[in-house]
Amino acid sequence: MGWFNLKSQSERRQVEREDLWTVCPGCKAHVFREEWSKGLNVCPKCGFHDRITFQQRIDLLIDGGTFDELNAHIGTSDPLRFSDAKGPYAEKSAAAQKETGMREAVVTGRGRIHGTPVVVAIMDFRFLGGSLGSGTGEKILLSAEYALKHRLPCVIVSASGGARMHEGILSLMQMAKTCAGLSRLHRAGVPYISILTHPTTGGVSASYAMVGDVNIAEPGVMIGFAGRRVIEQTIKQKLPDDFQTAEYLLAHGFIDCIAKRAEMKDLLHRILAYWNRK
Amino acid sequence: MDLEFEKEIVEVERRIAELNRLNADPKANFDAEIAELTKKLEALRRSVYAGLSPWQTVQIARHKDRPLLQDYIAGMFREFIELHGDRCYADDRGIIGGFARLDKRRVMLIGHQKGRTVEENIKANFGMANPDGYRKALRLMKLAEKYGLPVVTLIDTPGAYPGMEAEARGQAEAIARNLTEMSALEVPVVAVITGEGGSGGAIGIGVGDAVLMLSNAIYSVISPEGCASILWRDGSQAPRAAEALKLTAPSLLELGIIDEIVPEPPGGAHRDHKAVMAALRDALLRHLRALASLSPRKLVERRYEKYTRMGRRDARAERRARRHEKR
Ligand SMILES: [Zn+2]
Repeated sequence: MGWFNLKSQSERRQVEREDLWTVCPGCKAHVFREEWSKGLNVCPKCGFHDRITFQQRIDLLIDGGTFDELNAHIGTSDPLRFSDAKGPYAEKSAAAQKETGMREAVVTGRGRIHGTPVVVAIMDFRFLGGSLGSGTGEKILLSAEYALKHRLPCVIVSASGGARMHEGILSLMQMAKTCAGLSRLHRAGVPYISILTHPTTGGVSASYAMVGDVNIAEPGVMIGFAGRRVIEQTIKQKLPDDFQTAEYLLAHGFIDCIAKRAEMKDLLHRILAYWNRK
Repeated sequence: MDLEFEKEIVEVERRIAELNRLNADPKANFDAEIAELTKKLEALRRSVYAGLSPWQTVQIARHKDRPLLQDYIAGMFREFIELHGDRCYADDRGIIGGFARLDKRRVMLIGHQKGRTVEENIKANFGMANPDGYRKALRLMKLAEKYGLPVVTLIDTPGAYPGMEAEARGQAEAIARNLTEMSALEVPVVAVITGEGGSGGAIGIGVGDAVLMLSNAIYSVISPEGCASILWRDGSQAPRAAEALKLTAPSLLELGIIDEIVPEPPGGAHRDHKAVMAALRDALLRHLRALASLSPRKLVERRYEKYTRMGRRDARAERRARRHEKR
């Protein structure tokens, strides 16, 4: 509904105000919406890298007009005919599809990074929390297979809360499935670069997101296996503030580097230049 | 811990034991009563165990008297030489492994360790391994590859340990690395879910050419309690979550996740360790024999096809895979 449909002046003013500002999830600062999106959803005050859509990520990483989507037809499936307190999973996934215009939590394709051809898989947290379903796993696997077949570097941008419970054990199996695909890339000497964005946790961190030749994270993002709350309940103590941040993982040796969103494309290009393509 | 649905079974068992004690007196003769009660017990075990709900199966899978890794090592294997440590940081006690002999076959045995007493359980961290456990497992699998030994893994864990140190040392990376390496391991891998197959902690040593499951074991992406508290916002809905997750052996066989169900005796593995070990030994030997005839290349190719088919959504890929199989 457009603001002009609203009845009173005060209602209109309120909407205008909400439209004007974005509140940073990191530091709670109010930032002009225009400034926020111009800054690629990065907070100008604290540098927090908020989520972006797959389309924004494509625009950011891939040369204009070079992106060709692959396997766009693959969508969700409901192998368990799962239903929970909020109703059937089939309805939930259909709603997510309608809301995001995506068929699964990842968009895959080929494109160029400053002229270098690559295969990319980009997860979008808006789609069921970026959860790892059978369709997600299938698209990641097919990306790896495509990269192998054409000997193109594979770049996966992760953003996920972890496994998709609604697909039960089949969701768990996607971890083994995607890693099997990437293992073939490793053995064939084809590069795989993993980019970890906010958040990358659970089953995705414990599979493809962690086994890049190079693992790159955006600043401040959350990366981990178990949820913070579960850990606090298990060990019965409070965790340090920087626990499971990109910086924490860098200090503990699990990612290679941290790169700001605006610098990611150049860094990818520079890294891929070290590959001697045979 | 007597399970509610087993109460009647336990009561009949108690009466039989009592009569057997009295029967020790040469003047007494309760043979007829004992025979009758034994018959009743068998019928009871059959009927109760035939109609278990998924949630009841969860209780059995976690039963404290179920055979644990140390029981299988003592009762099913002829030799076990434990190999300690991940060569990086620690010797995890939640996952242990080493050279073992199953009948005449030499294997690398790796499994989750739980305890029966509180002290044992604290030492084994209740079967929840740290990254060091997964890294030790991988080290032993690579050693098995070097020596040309098949790998047997016995899976029984609530999940990988969710601790601060576990995160600091890369629980996610350790599991991801194992999945990646296991997919290309050039020796046969037979994985058995003996009790609880808890999510990433289970599949972290569970990528197998053959995946077997005891008939009352469970295998799930999340515990029913965890699933209930997230999707139902109420942990007490765990029985419903257990139902929805399809975590029992028959469901998993139907979904193509496991290859074979190893039958437990009526009344469950916790009532008869010997019987379940005999059945498991037979199944393991049969699979090891069949896999031994495959070349390393064929093994890896088969394993790749097996896992990449799981949850396949693409009709063209499906057709391609089928054509590949025919060839
Ligand atoms: Zn901020």
